[in-house]
Amino acid sequence: MQATRDFSHYVKHLGSGLAHIDLAVEGVSCAGCMSKIERGLSAIPDVTLARVNLTDRRVALEWKEGALDPARFIDRLAELGYKAYPFETVSAETAEVENSRFLLRCLGVAAFATMNVMMLSIPVWSGNVSDMLPEQRDFFHWMSALIALPAAAYAGQPFFRSAFNALRTGNVNMDVPISIGVILALAMSVVETIGHAEHAYFDAAIMLLTFLLVGRYLDQSMRRRTRAVAGNLAALKAETATKFVGPDEISVVPAAAIRAGDIVLLRPGERCAVDGTVIDGRSEIDQSLITGETRHAAVEAGSAVYAGSLNISGGLRIRVSAAAEGTLLAEIQRLLDHAVQARSRYVQLADRASRLYAPVVHATALLTMIGWLIAGASLHDSIITAIAVLIITCPCALGLAIPTVQTIAAGAMFRAGVLINSGDAIERVAEVDHIIFDKTGTLTLPELDVVNSAAVSADVFALAGRLALASHHPVAAALARTAGAKSPLPGVTEEPGQGVRGNFGGEDVRLGRPSFCGAEDLADEILRRDPEASVVAFAHGEKRCAFAVRQGLRPDARETVAALQKRGIAVEILSGDREPAVRAAAHTLGVPEWRAGVTPADKIARIEELKRQGFKVMMVGDGLNDAPSLAAAHVSMSPISAAHLSQATADLVFLGKPLAPVIAAVDYSRKALRLMRQNLYLAVGYNFLAVPIAILGFVTPLIAAAAMSGSSILVMLNALRGRRVRQEKV
Amino acid sequence: MEVIVFLVPLALLLGVFGLLGFLWSLKNGQYDDLEGAAWRAISDDDETPRTPGPSAARRGV
Repeated sequence: MQATRDFSHYVKHLGSGLAHIDLAVEGVSCAGCMSKIERGLSAIPDVTLARVNLTDRRVALEWKEGALDPARFIDRLAELGYKAYPFETVSAETAEVENSRFLLRCLGVAAFATMNVMMLSIPVWSGNVSDMLPEQRDFFHWMSALIALPAAAYAGQPFFRSAFNALRTGNVNMDVPISIGVILALAMSVVETIGHAEHAYFDAAIMLLTFLLVGRYLDQSMRRRTRAVAGNLAALKAETATKFVGPDEISVVPAAAIRAGDIVLLRPGERCAVDGTVIDGRSEIDQSLITGETRHAAVEAGSAVYAGSLNISGGLRIRVSAAAEGTLLAEIQRLLDHAVQARSRYVQLADRASRLYAPVVHATALLTMIGWLIAGASLHDSIITAIAVLIITCPCALGLAIPTVQTIAAGAMFRAGVLINSGDAIERVAEVDHIIFDKTGTLTLPELDVVNSAAVSADVFALAGRLALASHHPVAAALARTAGAKSPLPGVTEEPGQGVRGNFGGEDVRLGRPSFCGAEDLADEILRRDPEASVVAFAHGEKRCAFAVRQGLRPDARETVAALQKRGIAVEILSGDREPAVRAAAHTLGVPEWRAGVTPADKIARIEELKRQGFKVMMVGDGLNDAPSLAAAHVSMSPISAAHLSQATADLVFLGKPLAPVIAAVDYSRKALRLMRQNLYLAVGYNFLAVPIAILGFVTPLIAAAAMSGSSILVMLNALRGRRVRQEKV
Repeated sequence: MEVIVFLVPLALLLGVFGLLGFLWSLKNGQYDDLEGAAWRAISDDDETPRTPGPSAARRGV
């Protein structure tokens, strides 16, 4: 029974006989990969386009519709050594890409206008102290207006829109003072130009927009990059199911294309992508992803299985159930929705700053005007001075202060193996003082491992690994992987429920249950020491040995926990697993606080309790059962191996085997928050110097331009310090 | 000094050409893969058998 793969779900038809598919590709990192893939795919007849996008790690393919099956591209990429998955662009990402292009367009227009207005302003500044004719100055001012007004109307859109939306809902954000400042500066400059005055502020207004757009664009491109990585992850994890399309014919289809009533095949070692009822077959399933319970449950015809269960021993035919409501997964989803709603909207640092900033600035401008009127100045001069105050305080550096730091810190964390899912995660991670770890898949590695390989001689281990290649059982698969076995033994037969046997060098070799290999005494000895382990026995002629297989702790878990505790962060384990297993892990890691056998609802209750005590809780977990508590915590993190739903909920995702990225996330975030605060002080400090000059009415366009670019550059340079954190021995 | 009446608009016109060029390249998808573009610049031309037309790039390639 050979399964065909059906990718028609992902193929876009472009008309004129062309089809298009996007593939997410793992491991593309350099120019070599790029040209290798493009050449390899273009060599397939009928392919009209193969183009790698190195930023998003994707390949776009177009071909003449007809004989060519998209599965061929995946096979070709596999031959070239790359793992590829069909990719479906989610609408959120399309919007993000569109938005990023719009910002870049605005930035282009604003930068063009700034350069040209500057070209006209500098002669005016120098002409004012030399011998420029008033007519010439007016001509330069009018030319500036001609450039600056349409450019500001176009490039200012992101700010005007956001300010308008905020005002309509009765809020103030950073864009309100920006919009007021720009509009007033332009309006005043037009009035002054008509009145043949000496000073116009077209350059200041448009330069302000340019600097702010740089900040916006950086912020946006950081989010777009992480969104693309997250999108690829989702594609790599896209669930597939093996569906019966005829009595004996099966096809691998995306889980999204499965309907209730379909019958799917679940082989040993596969994870179930649907909820349903077993109609044929008998097996054990591992529901640890859903319930946290590591003990396997026996299923037979009539048993219910849930999405996320891992099939252990026998093939199952499952009828997909119609009722998605009331299933375990639906229950988790419901808890999750609730938790997401309940998560108090975190007010970002930038917004908090602008809430303070806008009223102070506007009050100062108003007081300046009133002060000058009382002092006997004309209404015209008082208004001009007040507007000069607004221009000089316009939050140019403030607008750059936070996005620049975020971009730099996100890049540094990316290199340390941490991906950021949500924009404000950095600020929230920096505040964390209590971390809750899930055990299975988070503190431990998601895959099974042979823990006593050192006790077995290398050649026996290698032989057992080769024999294990013949079995689909997950424990055998773990043995084969750990032994690094590549070539299976020929002529191996499987005895269902017992193990595999074959012949090597004229002697009988067996791998399987201890009773099958006559090694019960060895197995008992292992189980006495480590009741959590699964035992697989191996017999070669008269020789016997037993392997203990279990999920091992992450290699640096102990050091990471110690390092976190050293940083003043309390560490706790909450696990759905049984008590002895959790106790053993907590003891090994030196974690004083742990709870075993907790349900998803218990986890949320514990997080809420800690929140009430004033702790900022970070939840690190991977299972489906962790998803609601990830959403409930102040900030959350998942390993890349996590269930899809948890990963979508987590603020940060970390890569690879070690747990050290958790420390990196904390360190870089703390440093970033410190730099953000410094930047805010720098920006405000600049204003403290410049505002008195403006209030006294000494500000010229030259001073405004110098103050604005000076403070912006200072803030950007300070942000660059976020690339490194002090390395210490952990 | 009357010559500036012509020279300044001329300078601006040149600037506008630059801006239009930038907008064209943006629309053409040339900023969609900055990392890849950096590498493509140093790879040999004859190694890339086909270069995509602008229509392909506009579709978000």
